[in-house]
Amino acid sequence: MISELFSVTVLIGILASGIRLATPYLYAAIGETLGQRSGVLNLGVEGQMLLGAFAAFYVALTTGNLWLGVLTAMIVGALMGLAMAIVTVNLHAEQGISGIGFYLFGLGMSDLLFQKLLGTVETVKGFPPIQIPLLSDIPGLGEIFFSQNLLVYLAYLLVPLSWFLLNRTTLGLKIRSVGENPDAADSLGVSVARIRYFTLIVGGTLSGVAGASLSIALLNVFQQNMTSGLGFIAVALVYFGSWRPVGVLGGALLFSLVNSLQLWIQVLGIPVPSDLAVMMPYVLTILVLVLTVSRVRAPSALTKPFERAD
Amino acid sequence: MPIKKVLQSEWISRLVDGLLPVFATLAALTVGAVMLLLLKVNPAEAYKALWDGAFGSTNAFAETLVKATPLLLVALGICISFRGDVINIGGEGQMIVGAILATWVGITFTNLPGWVVITLAMLAGFAGGAIWGGIPGILKAYFRVNEILSTVMMNAIAVQLMNFLLRGPMIDPSQARLASKIPQTARLLEAFHLPRLAPTRLHLGALIAVILAVLVYILLWRTTLGYRIRAVGQNPHASRYAGINVPRYVVLALLLSGAFSGLAGATQVYGVNYRMITDGSASGFTGSAGFNGIVAALFGQLHPILSIPASILFGALLVGANSMQRVVQVPSALVTALNGLVVVFVVSSEIWRKRRQRRRLASARDEDGPPERPAERQLHQAGGEA
Repeated sequence: MISELFSVTVLIGILASGIRLATPYLYAAIGETLGQRSGVLNLGVEGQMLLGAFAAFYVALTTGNLWLGVLTAMIVGALMGLAMAIVTVNLHAEQGISGIGFYLFGLGMSDLLFQKLLGTVETVKGFPPIQIPLLSDIPGLGEIFFSQNLLVYLAYLLVPLSWFLLNRTTLGLKIRSVGENPDAADSLGVSVARIRYFTLIVGGTLSGVAGASLSIALLNVFQQNMTSGLGFIAVALVYFGSWRPVGVLGGALLFSLVNSLQLWIQVLGIPVPSDLAVMMPYVLTILVLVLTVSRVRAPSALTKPFERAD
Repeated sequence: MPIKKVLQSEWISRLVDGLLPVFATLAALTVGAVMLLLLKVNPAEAYKALWDGAFGSTNAFAETLVKATPLLLVALGICISFRGDVINIGGEGQMIVGAILATWVGITFTNLPGWVVITLAMLAGFAGGAIWGGIPGILKAYFRVNEILSTVMMNAIAVQLMNFLLRGPMIDPSQARLASKIPQTARLLEAFHLPRLAPTRLHLGALIAVILAVLVYILLWRTTLGYRIRAVGQNPHASRYAGINVPRYVVLALLLSGAFSGLAGATQVYGVNYRMITDGSASGFTGSAGFNGIVAALFGQLHPILSIPASILFGALLVGANSMQRVVQVPSALVTALNGLVVVFVVSSEIWRKRRQRRRLASARDEDGPPERPAERQLHQAGGEA
């Protein structure tokens, strides 16, 4: 049975679903990267994702329009990001703890809305796979990379986009300076508050899309607490990826490939207890954190509220 | 200084500080009332159902205290770790591992006397939580792994460990023979149950938790260990220069914090469920006490004694939420959302407390000596905040 794991079809299956499973992590973790580079730790990602997932699912189910679903998820996520910005930027609240508050809020709220508006688990016809002409015909690679749905492609597009934003634009420079030395940035006329509002709202929007990608592109259902810790893992991936989009991509891929491997092990009936298999990606993440984090420094102003000395 | 001014500057503002969490809760309940109106439910009716469910009868109040017990135990751990500036969000996993070890004691040593097994089980719960909290502690202190992330990961690992053990090695032998194979352990012998305190479901665990609250207060403010944990939390650099082994106290803060959560898990098994059973999720066993305990501790301003009424309040909200669900058909998830808002409002209101504190310090300094130059005052303030 172990040998089945190494057949070409299974390997292609593992890689293809690994690529697909990385989608929600990418959206959420890239959003979180922007926030952390500007000095704000948003631990409420999970709550933003849950509300986004519900909003997208509900709108897609009732209107039949998937894009309207994504848009609603973006708006809901942005509003959560805005609330986080008010609390952490203006009211100087402890970031880790207020994030837990927003997580609990999103968890309860999405559950409440689900029970009141839907009541039962339903399914929706999500984003269909798009075969990219010619490329999808390449044996193996075509199935792995070029037969995914649109939200998957957009998630990967986000990596170079966010890299470009952070490293090649004035706005990116401002984000990084606000995260490293807000006093210096402030004295040069950069509005620390405005930059942090921007990154938190964009981060929330992306978390909303991350939720939508789960409920209307990957799983096509909504259930209570369906993210089950995914948002927290996305935060971990930012540390894992040393606050760089490419690093985050690496972490998301590693995590979801191991996850995909674990799912296939169960599908093939290989006698490994499924609970221990599910544990693998988490253990691996801790191990990699041990090996990587100690070498890279977090943004200096991370979790520190900014107050102008006057 | 005129007495009037003392009243204004000291007592009144301290009173307001103490009441801030209460205002935060009222604000959250007000938001809840708006949500209830949107759900076309009369808020007064819903909140009355909540109140009756939590305090309406002896049994209701006992249920509230039963729910408050794990919250208080987790909150005590949170008081220690947050005072040491270590953010432990691993309460869920620490509860689970504590419960696993405690349950193992109870289903293994079935021929020992009851009080011996109960004592051993509580110690095992303490140890299990300590291990599960100590690992992220070591990772933080010696490998610089952020504890928020490692504790979250440890939660996920603990859940899978529980599912694995309850489906396999620790499964109830009678379930193992059945086709249903419900993932649960054998039921604890009658002799091993924590004694009831009244003709209700209230058990000895509640009393243990209150005694421990006093002990944690003594630990934090009357012992060298507690002093050092707090010193490291307030200023690790100064602590290092003062000769404190900072990494050791970071590990200790997380380890102790985890131990109390582990004990919470053990008392749930020995006082409430009398066995471990899993629905596959963490909250299926913990009832999210690992998270709600954080809320209670924050509400009690990270003070072990104040955490007692805070835990009762949140226990009441949880019990009341169920009765609200029965009476006015509002999902109890509403209370989870409101708990989240309470946390957000409490941490947001801190800014006013800090501002007043600063003003008090500044005015005290004005009274005491010649006015300083602004630059000096800023230095003082920066020192006070760090």
